[in-house]
Amino acid sequence: MSNPEQLRFSKEHEWLSHAEDGVATVGITEHAANALGDVVFVQLPEVGEDVTAGETCGELESTKSVSDLYSPASGEVTEVNQDVVDDPALVNSAPLEGGWLFKVKVSELPDDLLTADEYATFASGA
Amino acid sequence: MTDPSATRTTALDATHRALGATMTDFAGWDMPLRYGSEREEHLAVRSAAGLFDLSHMGEITLTGPQAAQLLDFALVGNLSKLAVGRARYTMLCDEDGGILDDLIVYRLDDQEYLVVANAANAQTVLDALRERQDGFGAEVRDDREGYALIAVQGPAAAGILKQLTAFDVDGLRYYAGERDMVADKPALIARTGYTGEDGFELFVAPEDAVAVWEALTAAGEDAGLVPCGLSCRDTLRLEAGMPLYGHELSTSLTPFDAGLGRIVKFEKATNEGRFVGRDALAAAARKAEDAPPRKLVGLVAEGRRVPRAGYPVVASDGSVVGEVTSGAPSPTLGKPIAMAYVDAAVAAPGTEGVAVDIRGSHEPYEVVALPFYKRG
Repeated sequence: MSNPEQLRFSKEHEWLSHAEDGVATVGITEHAANALGDVVFVQLPEVGEDVTAGETCGELESTKSVSDLYSPASGEVTEVNQDVVDDPALVNSAPLEGGWLFKVKVSELPDDLLTADEYATFASGA
Repeated sequence: MTDPSATRTTALDATHRALGATMTDFAGWDMPLRYGSEREEHLAVRSAAGLFDLSHMGEITLTGPQAAQLLDFALVGNLSKLAVGRARYTMLCDEDGGILDDLIVYRLDDQEYLVVANAANAQTVLDALRERQDGFGAEVRDDREGYALIAVQGPAAAGILKQLTAFDVDGLRYYAGERDMVADKPALIARTGYTGEDGFELFVAPEDAVAVWEALTAAGEDAGLVPCGLSCRDTLRLEAGMPLYGHELSTSLTPFDAGLGRIVKFEKATNEGRFVGRDALAAAARKAEDAPPRKLVGLVAEGRRVPRAGYPVVASDGSVVGEVTSGAPSPTLGKPIAMAYVDAAVAAPGTEGVAVDIRGSHEPYEVVALPFYKRG
């Protein structure tokens, strides 16, 4: 999942890996991590929970604020990243790798996910 | 869209951008929020030193034979008794005793004072001083454009500053300020700050700001000096239990409500003891004695969710007993902390069953005395 070219992005600044076996990994983008500042607490959905694309499924606390976590896809949560729960700073240091948040067995992908290039343009505010 | 021309930049703007700072609007100023990790900036100030651009702060100069009398009349403190070369924390209140701003006042000379106001309140302070100056032989001068303000804060600050000045840095007491040279530039060197650490605030001409900043950066390199943004300034002052206007202080509170009644001096040597807000403040002082209002306390989390300004403080039966004014994850304590105004009944340190309503979930918090952090 380290190659951003293969990821898809939501306008809520989550990324989603390509789901070959139907399970995709979800995290927040580097842009979002930088905007948040140091993340100190993450609340993730639970394994087995159904999440819905575009709806909140957790939250991220940083020094200055708390932000909702939105799921970029619909489906059932199959795994959460316990490392990031124990050490939320991973979201800042490695948002696309060790700072991933949860995995979801995708039942439905929204049709408005962005490519890396499209997201870069979107995130730059253009 | 806000008018971009309305945002003001400091003399160090290009320096911040070159350092890759994340900028934020603060009281109409484009200021560095952080350069990298605000947590690391915070910890650098606690263990080594941090460098801050505070040029958004509002400077007002008072001069004249009755400058001291004017300040005694306009502010709650006893500024005519302030020795030349010393500084004092004080407040500007309205007739009702409400806090218009909290200030640091430096006495630069017998007939010259420098008043430093919060950026958001500087115009209010200037207007109030001008309204209150009638009949006093004193000039009130808007000096906001006259200064850049650079702070170097932390246990290594004195050692760093000493490399750049022949001034007797060690001889300068806490809450004192004197004019001398830093990096060959004229500066008011003040031993003040808002971090809970030893440190200095350097008032320099805007055209000298970059040179002084760069000299400090070079002098501090070995000691671990890092540039620091407003984000860590806020967590540093919160750990140190220092109030922030707009959070712990407001026009709807008197200094007594904020637990700072000691800075109100009723016995003044000038103006037959008259000063703006005197009657209301005397009543507030009696009320604080007889029927104490809510008290400002510290709260320390047992969990990891962070309380934010405005969140309700609740008792074990769910009733609201207070409100959070500032909250953040404390880098020093490693857990969330908050300041809150709470009912006297739950204000004692160690009171059981106190919680903060964090978006509907009652998270347990321990009531503690302020500050959270005191330097050793």
